[in-house]
Amino acid sequence: MLIELKDVNKTYDNGQPLHVLKGINLSIDSGEFVSIMGASGSGKSTLLNIIGILDNYDTGEYYIDGRLIKGLSEKQAADYRNRMIGFIFQSFNLISFKTAVENVELPLFYQGVSRSKRHELAMQYLEKLGLADWAGHYPNEMSGGQKQRVAIARALITNPKILLADEPTGALDSKTSEEVMQLLAKLNREEGVTIIVVTHESGVANCTDKIVHIKDGLIGRIEDNREHRASMFGANTIMK
Amino acid sequence: MRFDLDTYREIADSLVRNKSRSLLTGFGVFWGVFMLLFLLGGGQGLRQLMSNNFAGFATNTAVIAPSQTTKPWKGMKEGRRWSLTYTDVERLKRMIPELETVTPMVSNWGQEAVNGANTVNANIKGVYADYSKVEEPLIRYGRYINEADVAQERKVCVIGKRIYTSLFPSGGDPCGTMIKVGPVYYQVIGVDFNSGNMSINGNADEAVVVPLPVAQKIYHRGNTIDLLCTCGRSGVKMSSLEDRMRHIIAREHGFDPTDRDATFFLNTEQIFAIMDNLFTGLSFLIWLVGLGTILAGIIGVSNIMMVTVKERTTEIGIRRAIGATPSNILGQIIMESISLTMAAGSFGIVFAVLLLSLLGSIVNGRPDAVPVDFQVSFWTAVVSALLLSILGVIAGLAPASRAMAIKPVDAMRDE
Repeated sequence: MLIELKDVNKTYDNGQPLHVLKGINLSIDSGEFVSIMGASGSGKSTLLNIIGILDNYDTGEYYIDGRLIKGLSEKQAADYRNRMIGFIFQSFNLISFKTAVENVELPLFYQGVSRSKRHELAMQYLEKLGLADWAGHYPNEMSGGQKQRVAIARALITNPKILLADEPTGALDSKTSEEVMQLLAKLNREEGVTIIVVTHESGVANCTDKIVHIKDGLIGRIEDNREHRASMFGANTIMK
Repeated sequence: MRFDLDTYREIADSLVRNKSRSLLTGFGVFWGVFMLLFLLGGGQGLRQLMSNNFAGFATNTAVIAPSQTTKPWKGMKEGRRWSLTYTDVERLKRMIPELETVTPMVSNWGQEAVNGANTVNANIKGVYADYSKVEEPLIRYGRYINEADVAQERKVCVIGKRIYTSLFPSGGDPCGTMIKVGPVYYQVIGVDFNSGNMSINGNADEAVVVPLPVAQKIYHRGNTIDLLCTCGRSGVKMSSLEDRMRHIIAREHGFDPTDRDATFFLNTEQIFAIMDNLFTGLSFLIWLVGLGTILAGIIGVSNIMMVTVKERTTEIGIRRAIGATPSNILGQIIMESISLTMAAGSFGIVFAVLLLSLLGSIVNGRPDAVPVDFQVSFWTAVVSALLLSILGVIAGLAPASRAMAIKPVDAMRDE
């Protein structure tokens, strides 16, 4: 198992204790394409933050590739995030004053890769995503789909074990959403990247192979969706 | 902190992105450094200008001149006038062995010196040869009054700089020329270029110095002298001798030894002390103002970095999410702070040095200027640059710690 969560609990304590995750048990194998679905407030974002080592959990155990992720120092956590996890965000979260290629280079910068090497690698990944011509452009000169593809390139450049996508299509129109999901599916199929997508859109979830439903801080149904028939609104479209 | 070209590009980028903000913030630091260095250099120049005024003047000199008594003494009323005489010279020499030189002076003010068609106002000073130990002449041509001049009562004179330039407008060595001062012709034997402004009985510039017996006889001075100049041996404080001198003179001339106003007693030591105090106070003020201004500038930098960090919360969150360690972020913010401080401060140093050299060339450019050094030393500049980088770090500390507190989760939140 690549990812293993055992009875993970998380309580936020902002004046009033809020028990968000109430004992999550989840296993995800290497090469899977999983979506986590749930309504807002269900705890899906918190779960993603914990999987992405962006947040701590209170009790339970979380393993990546057999390594226990608990009580890490900030420096260690940063290092694990950098080497094991690639992030894709709803609002792209590109750095606005850096060009596409500079954004893609950034994770390697923090790994201490030399300037020419990381530039070369970043160009390779941009080319792979069909954005080589846009390398010198700033995020505000690009469309939403292009921005998300730059973000995907940035997430992939460290060759991570897991690709975490938080509402990756949330800021895109249906056509672009479709394209981005196709791209993720292709990456999963052809390169064997493990992808976890958090979403509340059934159409997006339908593109994935396995749908994990989360409700009130607990894992509900886990749906096998290799046939891509989960969406009640037909198979091949994302409804907006 | 790794040294990567991109680290510097990033710093430059983020400073340039907010041009006017960086400029205005930097100006505070620039102005502080400029003020401190400029005031330091200016203060040093001023001090030198002032000490030039005392140039050639022995530091342990006391001048005694008679005045009116203010206390009754042995049946005599107050308000009595008295005079110093030649016997006082020998008496002081003998009774106070700590004195190296005791030399009298007679003078006559407001004489007209004439050489051909040129005339100028001059003061006659009659001195012995050893007067040169009190007020060291800066002989440009010829020589000073010597023992033989005094013994033979030669009608010779040493003229001050202004007398020389007025009477001999074409320049050249005037020695041997006869000039008329008051009713008498004197042969010029020397030119004294001492331009110090501290002089006894009028400025050395406007003096015609003659052997004392000559002045005494020409101006019918009899036994009286105008003042006594005394120099202590090295290491002797004139202020410690003041009371003894007063007593000796009071007993001889019949006035109350406690009557301080009966003698005019000028001690150069006091004047130097006053000047020293003045400049100590001045440099304290300079440091206070200069450091205060720099500090205000640094607080400005710190403040603006706070704002920057706040604005860049998302960006910092993204960086943390994709693998920046807290020390990466700390380094970035502190480097930005240092860069801004150093860049602005360097301009301040350069500008201060330029302006000081301009000031120096203006002051030293005057025709009769004694060279004055306004420039701050190389090491002062180096130390201030070091100080700036330290202050830069300090300015960056608070914003950097705030930046470090930003959690990567913050990047995920939609703004």
